Amino acid sequence: MTDQAAPAPRPHLVDKERTGVIDWSSGPRRFVMLYLPLSIFVIVLLFPFYWMAITAIKPNGELLDYKNNNPFWVKSPTLDNINKLLFQTDYPQWLLTTMTVATVATALSLFASVLAAYAIQRLKFKGSNYVGLAIYLAYLVPPSILFIPLATLIFQFGLYDSQLALILTYPTFLIPFCTWLLIGYFKSIPYELEECAMIDGATRLQTLWKITLPLALPGLISAGIFAFTLSWNEFIYALAFIQSAEKKTVPVAVLTQLVEGDVYHWGSLMAGALLGSIPVAILYSFFVDYYVASMTGAVKE
Amino acid sequence: MTIAAEARPTPQPTQSWLVRLFDYKPFLIFICLLPALGLLLVFLSYPLGLGVWLAFTDTRIGRSGVFIGFENFESLWHDPVFMTSVWNTLLYTGVATVGKFGLGLWLALLLNNNLPFKSLLRALILVPWIVPTVLSAIAFWWIYDPQFSIISYVLVDVLGWRDTYIDFLGSPWPARWSLIAANVWRGIPFVAISLLAGLQTISPALYEAAMLDGANAWQRFRHVTLPMLMPILAIVLTFSVLFTFTDFQLVYAITRGGPINSTHLMATLAFQRGIPGGQLGEGAAIAVAMIPFLVMATLFSYFALARRKWQQGEDND
Repeated sequence: MTDQAAPAPRPHLVDKERTGVIDWSSGPRRFVMLYLPLSIFVIVLLFPFYWMAITAIKPNGELLDYKNNNPFWVKSPTLDNINKLLFQTDYPQWLLTTMTVATVATALSLFASVLAAYAIQRLKFKGSNYVGLAIYLAYLVPPSILFIPLATLIFQFGLYDSQLALILTYPTFLIPFCTWLLIGYFKSIPYELEECAMIDGATRLQTLWKITLPLALPGLISAGIFAFTLSWNEFIYALAFIQSAEKKTVPVAVLTQLVEGDVYHWGSLMAGALLGSIPVAILYSFFVDYYVASMTGAVKE
Repeated sequence: MTIAAEARPTPQPTQSWLVRLFDYKPFLIFICLLPALGLLLVFLSYPLGLGVWLAFTDTRIGRSGVFIGFENFESLWHDPVFMTSVWNTLLYTGVATVGKFGLGLWLALLLNNNLPFKSLLRALILVPWIVPTVLSAIAFWWIYDPQFSIISYVLVDVLGWRDTYIDFLGSPWPARWSLIAANVWRGIPFVAISLLAGLQTISPALYEAAMLDGANAWQRFRHVTLPMLMPILAIVLTFSVLFTFTDFQLVYAITRGGPINSTHLMATLAFQRGIPGGQLGEGAAIAVAMIPFLVMATLFSYFALARRKWQQGEDND
């Protein structure tokens, strides 16, 4: 009796669950099980950035006095820290260096990756699968293992303390990633299109340039912005291969040049971190979907 | 007839030898692979080999070394700082991976519901992963400040749960947990968004079938979601373990291995000994000591993945 009566009062539950996705009914339960943890996740994940931003615009008096000021808010915002950063340090120079290195390394990697992916995926040859596998394995070699021998190599080549050292070493982690992503994109383009072009008398390189590449444009954009972000964020090579203060990249310079002795100027440090994050954040906001595509694409392939 | 002949002159005579060379397949393959493989061979494969060689020499900066066999490894074996760094690396990788995957999977399951502003949410959640790690590590450094930590402020002055401010980075164990927390924070977005992509490929029909068979929410998760997610989980796990194990930036930015070398990971110790310390041979030996762990982790997840694929094939067909 009770056994049969029990399911009767909650038919809505069955209705909801028929959608397939796990759906925790509605009302308070949904709030506690879904919206509450979700908002805690979002707050915790974003809080450090809020804290970075609010610290960057706090005057020193408020920054170090929690008793009289609410630390979560700023009463009299100031641009002093940002001003100091832009006009009394080499910050603009660091930004320019980072931008140049990231752009050139990305262009170089894309060029090499497009050709390699085309050769592996389209010009099928004996052992092309093994070349693809070797390039994938190269992605699994972390920079932490390579930086010491690379430093000696860079020194022998006379590239130490130059932008070229970074431009030539960043492709070691960009090419495997981009090639792998582009192979996936090339696979999705019907080969018949290229055959048609070649029957019409186009050479293979013309086909690549005029047919395949325009069709693979979303893949190129994904790989490009992702490679740019990775080079912008790179740290260990830039730390090991660059010595002069004015030639450093933003992540390294903020950590090594803005920290002076034991007194930490948290305001300008946070301003430096914030400004260094903004370029990638802007790029990211325009191309969110490409980021997600390249990230999940790289994992799926 | 003449029109056709004019419109389509046979292309062969007009092509120079260069064009024909570039259409010659073996040559084209060689040219296409040259930039990528050239760069990778010179700046990746060769340094990898060179690193192994350096590990067996006593090279210092400015002086090329001689072969000394296993001396570097022997001295490291008796070096308490190195042994601490190995232990730290294992602890850091183990705990942070469990944290990242537990919380990341939870977040992915939450995001897999019907939600308003879903794409905006997804975009916001990925932000910690996009921003340069060092720069967010600096924010954590400030959050962990002994005097002005916002966490301490909330615990002491707002909630009144504690009487004193926490000294996050001043002693070994709190410093280790602080670093692990920062690493988990940094890793959750990648895990969550990758697993979300995996979750979205699971057909709702499977859940319907499970529900018809009377499976409850936990059983559906255990017997439908988890097995279907396993292939992508294994790959994400491999990458995550690989990059957590060789992590350098977070520790270097927040503690630089301190206090008293108690939070060094193998990567930061290799850097400290190799570059500022000038002992390239010893630094390379520490880096090389990471390789067996990495190979083991990769093989483990590769075989876990292969086994799962086989199981799934059997289950589905």
